[in-house]
Amino acid sequence: MTLWRALFTETKYECIRALRAPAFGVPMIVLPAALYLFFGVVLQLSNRTPQIDIAIFAGFAVMGVMGPGLFGFGVFVAVEREQGLLKLKRALPMPPSAYILAKMFMTALVALLVTMIVSAAAFAAGKVSLTAGQWAAFGATLVGGALAFSAIGLLIGSRAGGRSAPAFVNLIYLPMIYLSGFLIPLPKSFDSVTRLSPAYHLDRLALHAVGLGGDAPMPHVIVLAGVTLGFGALAIRRLARSD
Amino acid sequence: MTARLAELSSVSKRFGVVIALDTLSLDVRPGELLAVLGPNGAGKSTAIGLMLGLHAPNSGTVRLFGDDPTSIEARRRVGVMMQESWLAPELMVREHIQLVSSYYRSPLPLSEVMALTRTQSLADRPFGKLSGGQKRLVQFALALCGRPEMIFLDEPTTGLDVDARGTVWETMRRLRGRGTSIVLTTHYLEEAEILADRVAVLMKGRLIASGTVDQIRSVVDRKQVICTTRLQPEDLALWPGVESVSRHDTRLHLTVRNAERTVRQLLAADDQLCDLEVVRAGLTEAFTELTQEAAR
Repeated sequence: MTLWRALFTETKYECIRALRAPAFGVPMIVLPAALYLFFGVVLQLSNRTPQIDIAIFAGFAVMGVMGPGLFGFGVFVAVEREQGLLKLKRALPMPPSAYILAKMFMTALVALLVTMIVSAAAFAAGKVSLTAGQWAAFGATLVGGALAFSAIGLLIGSRAGGRSAPAFVNLIYLPMIYLSGFLIPLPKSFDSVTRLSPAYHLDRLALHAVGLGGDAPMPHVIVLAGVTLGFGALAIRRLARSD
Repeated sequence: MTARLAELSSVSKRFGVVIALDTLSLDVRPGELLAVLGPNGAGKSTAIGLMLGLHAPNSGTVRLFGDDPTSIEARRRVGVMMQESWLAPELMVREHIQLVSSYYRSPLPLSEVMALTRTQSLADRPFGKLSGGQKRLVQFALALCGRPEMIFLDEPTTGLDVDARGTVWETMRRLRGRGTSIVLTTHYLEEAEILADRVAVLMKGRLIASGTVDQIRSVVDRKQVICTTRLQPEDLALWPGVESVSRHDTRLHLTVRNAERTVRQLLAADDQLCDLEVVRAGLTEAFTELTQEAAR
């Protein structure tokens, strides 16, 4: 009973504090939709097919769900570790899993809100028309895929200092978006680079969910699962080292 | 045999090449307020960190309620206030207390925690907007909200004003009255002198003295003789048994080994001597003597 109460309360307050944090909550949730509306809808430079519209919408949604995991784990964990909160939580009888599970739930919640708001913007702009099943698959893919970026963020947070963590996260976040080729098309010669990016694989899965996948989804699932488990394990091992 | 709530047995702990604790044995007994004293770097926080399972010893054993200190069951019986710990600035004070209370089986009601720590007026304020002293009071509230049997307080009154310090002292006394054991590290020796049942003095990771405040004080065999006299401090400093003489306003303070003999000599030498006081050594003098001796 105590375990569940602790897990529930930890998760509740992790979500509340993240949504209240001025540099995280509102910007993280609203910015992707604003960028999508500006660059994907208003600045429509050429005639686009419905497929291209959907691909652009999916690309902005993928960009949006990367942020909560990278920043929510990367920056929050770095600050909390550096400032002694993690140490206090380890001294207190907090269930060991509660800290990471609460942050994972918060990341998933913010990723879901990002997906819903970008989807609502695309729907309202008349750019995307999907079946209920496609909307659900799209949402589940993005929320599940956000876990991979949480694991990357956790590894950054387990190593970086509180002040340098935002810079480290941006150093990974922005190049990963550009080098994944889903917002800015890259020449064929960049293919080997784009395949190294987890964002590319999430974008491919998102396109599958909306019926635009032209390849097998399993390799992308394997890459994202590998990133989640690999980075997550490295980070947890690092955080568990007490001395 | 008295039960030990927390126990370090011949514990050594190194951080790289630095020896933080050197075969230290220290225990906490039921219902006592143990003050752990020592200069900076003596190993006080490391000793507490080991009892809380934050560090593993290089050698020796550590028990918390007879269990491994990393066990969540043992830690459910403990409250903690760290020397430096940051809390999420976006959460309100009441939310922080509710969060930490949720880790415990039978926490105190929120209203009681706030009344004990006089934080009621801060309940709906974000932690990030509080002053330094208010933050320490909230951290103190977090240490006791779980109704723990033992509380570790690492420098709890650093940065507090006189009123807030009084609140913390009063609450510590109340908790001890309820049977809660308290482990206190502090730089304010008067705090230990007023509150502690037992004092442990650490130096370079070793226990150099342990006992009641009176026992610790008794290691210093000097007393202070204070008086107003026509005698000159330079002359008095040459008297046998007089270790030092200093002037405070119009009075002289003599640190002496044999107060009775010095008082007799003073009265014989100056028939107009007045305002005479003899004061035994306090914990401060004892602490200074002990640590200086250990440093030699």
